[in-house]
Amino acid sequence: MTTIGVLALQGAVREHIRAIEACGAQAIEVKRKEQLDEIDGLILPGGESTTMRKLIDSYGFFTAIQAFGEQNKPIFGTCAGLILMASEIDGQTAAHLSLMDMKVARNAFGRQVASFEATLEISHVADDFNAIFIRAPYIMEVGPEVEVLATYQDRIVVAKQGHYVCTAFHPELTDDHRFIAYFVDMVEESKETLASSM
Amino acid sequence: MTNIGTDRVKRGMAEMQKGGVIMDVINAEQAKIAEQAGAVAVMALERVPSDIRAAGGVARMADPTITEEVMNAVSIPVMAKGRIGHIVEARVLEAMGVDYIDESEVLTPADDVFHLRKSDFTVPFVCGCRNLGEAARRIGEGASMLRTKGEPGTGNIVEAVRHMRQVQSEIRQLTAMSADEVMTFAKDIGAPYNLLLEIREAGCLPVVNFAAGGVATPSDAALMMELGADGVFVGSGIFKSNNPEKFAKAIVEATTHYQDYKLIAELSKDLGAAMKGIEMSTLAAEDRMQDRSE
Repeated sequence: MTTIGVLALQGAVREHIRAIEACGAQAIEVKRKEQLDEIDGLILPGGESTTMRKLIDSYGFFTAIQAFGEQNKPIFGTCAGLILMASEIDGQTAAHLSLMDMKVARNAFGRQVASFEATLEISHVADDFNAIFIRAPYIMEVGPEVEVLATYQDRIVVAKQGHYVCTAFHPELTDDHRFIAYFVDMVEESKETLASSM
Repeated sequence: MTNIGTDRVKRGMAEMQKGGVIMDVINAEQAKIAEQAGAVAVMALERVPSDIRAAGGVARMADPTITEEVMNAVSIPVMAKGRIGHIVEARVLEAMGVDYIDESEVLTPADDVFHLRKSDFTVPFVCGCRNLGEAARRIGEGASMLRTKGEPGTGNIVEAVRHMRQVQSEIRQLTAMSADEVMTFAKDIGAPYNLLLEIREAGCLPVVNFAAGGVATPSDAALMMELGADGVFVGSGIFKSNNPEKFAKAIVEATTHYQDYKLIAELSKDLGAAMKGIEMSTLAAEDRMQDRSE
């Protein structure tokens, strides 16, 4: 069975676990870096990116997550997870995990009072996806290898680069599991590819 | 179609704070220390609860200068307290762009009968609760997040423990109930009937419930997580300690890894003196902040 881990240092972990299970895969909370060996794909959930980064450093996750990605295992970042995956953050000298070739802006739509729900058209996933944006970031620029899957008011909010994918919104907060199902499919495909190449 | 201020957006914001620590701060410098230590949000205040307790008199919304200073200093969310039932303080905080408002019994209530109709606002609210009835009334008024009331500014965890256990025990009672018993239960605890049906069906509250009011050590924070809190508010504990940086970081890590007892032992070493604290039986009835509203 395909097992997907959710980085459980802080944030909306439970919702992702529920969504993964609803899509027929097994889900585990990842609290220690050794657990990365037990999973086929990883979700970096929403939460506070600065808090998660501190805890990633405290518990040796930084290079462990990068190494996980280098094995071609899929990683999906939502909101704070998207910020952690970016190679450049607007207004900050240093980025975090630098998994995807893109520049992002934090809290880019404004403070909490500006948080919103909107219907999105997402390539490969749905043309009517109700997306929940909470103090959300967006992607300002992407490199040549990054595919843009959705925009909202001309701003990039969903992107994919090979086995990495990210959303500025929170697909785990509704009962519409189509985006999580898309990631579960990515993980299942990569698992088959990795098994046949061994 | 774009919608702001929906339940999902307001409750979702609190979901993102889960497993984290929200710290009381009174200026930009403290806010930066909190952010550096890994706080998921800060609560901007003029005085921390133990100083409000010591000062006496009427405690009100903080001077907007302080709140603005804190908002400009950090990129994590900023919460602020308004008095219970004070529509204008809440509107002022909303207009300033505060990310969450705590309609708080730590301040002197402006209305001793009615709470705010929080569903009228775009900004989300957090409120205190001691039991399921109080929790359900606040959700009914539109609160998007709850916290135990505990007894603020005492450094004594006993009341927060009581309130967390009480809410959970009543939820268990409710979920075991047959449907025809719910209306009478709703009457007895003063809770909206339809909301109780929803909680009975889901087996949990529809919003997150943090611990607050008396957390003074990393072990206290871990205890509240053990008892089922979604996260922790720390008020007077951090910046009343000898080494706030170390103390704040220890509380954050103990909250994340609340069942890693060896780690909590390490984190608790050489933190210096925690708050002196107040034993409940020495607190006069009029000094109990938790009884200021229901």
